[in-house]
Amino acid sequence: MRITQGAFSFLPDLTDEQITRQVQYCIDNGWAVNLEFTDDPHPRNTYWDMWGHPMFDVADAAGVLYELNECRKVYGDSHYIRLSAFDASHGWESVKLSFIVNRPKAEEAGFWLQRSEGQGRNIRYTTHPYATRKPEGERYT
Amino acid sequence: MSSAEAATPEVEEETAETAIDLRAEYESSGVKEVLEELDRDLIGLAPVKKRIRETAALLLVERARKRLGLAHQTPTLHMSFTGNPGTGKTTVAMKMADLLHRLGYVRKGHLVTVTRDDLVGQYIGHTAPKTKEILKKAMGGVLFIDEAYYLYRPENERDYGQEAIEILLQVMENQRDDLVVILAGYADRMDRFFESNPGFRSRIAHHIDFPDYSDDELLHIAEHMLDEQNYSLTPAAEAALKDYIEARRRQPHFANARSIRNALDRARLRQANRLFENAEGPLDAAALSAIDETDIRASRVFTGGLNGAKGGEEGGSA
Repeated sequence: MRITQGAFSFLPDLTDEQITRQVQYCIDNGWAVNLEFTDDPHPRNTYWDMWGHPMFDVADAAGVLYELNECRKVYGDSHYIRLSAFDASHGWESVKLSFIVNRPKAEEAGFWLQRSEGQGRNIRYTTHPYATRKPEGERYT
Repeated sequence: MSSAEAATPEVEEETAETAIDLRAEYESSGVKEVLEELDRDLIGLAPVKKRIRETAALLLVERARKRLGLAHQTPTLHMSFTGNPGTGKTTVAMKMADLLHRLGYVRKGHLVTVTRDDLVGQYIGHTAPKTKEILKKAMGGVLFIDEAYYLYRPENERDYGQEAIEILLQVMENQRDDLVVILAGYADRMDRFFESNPGFRSRIAHHIDFPDYSDDELLHIAEHMLDEQNYSLTPAAEAALKDYIEARRRQPHFANARSIRNALDRARLRQANRLFENAEGPLDAAALSAIDETDIRASRVFTGGLNGAKGGEEGGSA
């Protein structure tokens, strides 16, 4: 099942050229671009690992693409990589744009729905990614 | 982004366009303004201006060829600026960044000035991230490496400078569209640096040599600097400054325009002191902005100068 998180995720994956244009838009607005990666695709997993520091003083998207390619070399085959743009201006101080820029090469396994019956036959639902049955680092290999 | 936007209409034009007016191109691209600014703001430096004019012409023609669909390749734009200190290398680099930006060879046109300390780390594993950080910052613009030969220290084979050089070379080769590198430094030491790093020599297309300024040019520069700060020289002071330049040139650590700037700063200091101690009654604007002969003659350059003052410590080495 294809993971859909962040912006553009119902579109076909963005090409590098499209990513460059998006990143340049972020930079021109003065947002700091971050690269994050994970192999736990649960939608509530907000704490992805950071690749390097947020790129505060990069003037051109080529610098970000350079880091993205470095990150892909290490995690490209087995991890999701997303790019997020943080607006530090007063009153916002939050992420303005976030989208997936890399998916693992292996099949995206999707989620199973767990129903647990509680008191009074109440049903509680939980989702688990199939991927997380395996330990970290082995999930998409 | 603008370059990418501009690319779309060009595709259609390619078939329609059969001739390009270079003259009009020269004026509309803003190259003319940069070159005129260069002529106006920089005194002397005739060979440098000539080389920049030639480079600009080459880039303009190359761009026109691209528009007409002729065979073209992105020219190698990395440069080396050699010359003594204070001959205007950084200033010209700034103008060069502007020029390349207007011609569309770099996307942003900002200048990032670094020295060895900004690129080379202090311990194992520190250099690569540091160098890459700088390279990322400079992408879309021009990276200016001052005194580049310090990157290479042959006497220490475990020096981390080598690592920075390798990363630099790799990016200079693979990301020619994203970044232009300008190396700068003294002519003789740069030559030795290129000899021991042939990779650099072959990746740099333009070597520009900055000559020393003549005495007249330095005087011109001094007047230009003072003018900008709303100061003026009295006729006697001008004669004194002429003598000063002549004397200063013969002394060690002469740094062309930079020495002049420092001399003027000290002259202003003495002028302020003179006014403060001798002034009786109110001073008008002319008095506050006039630099007099005594302000310049008091320099230690006239009394044996740096040789006399520092003779005890390092007279021999200089």
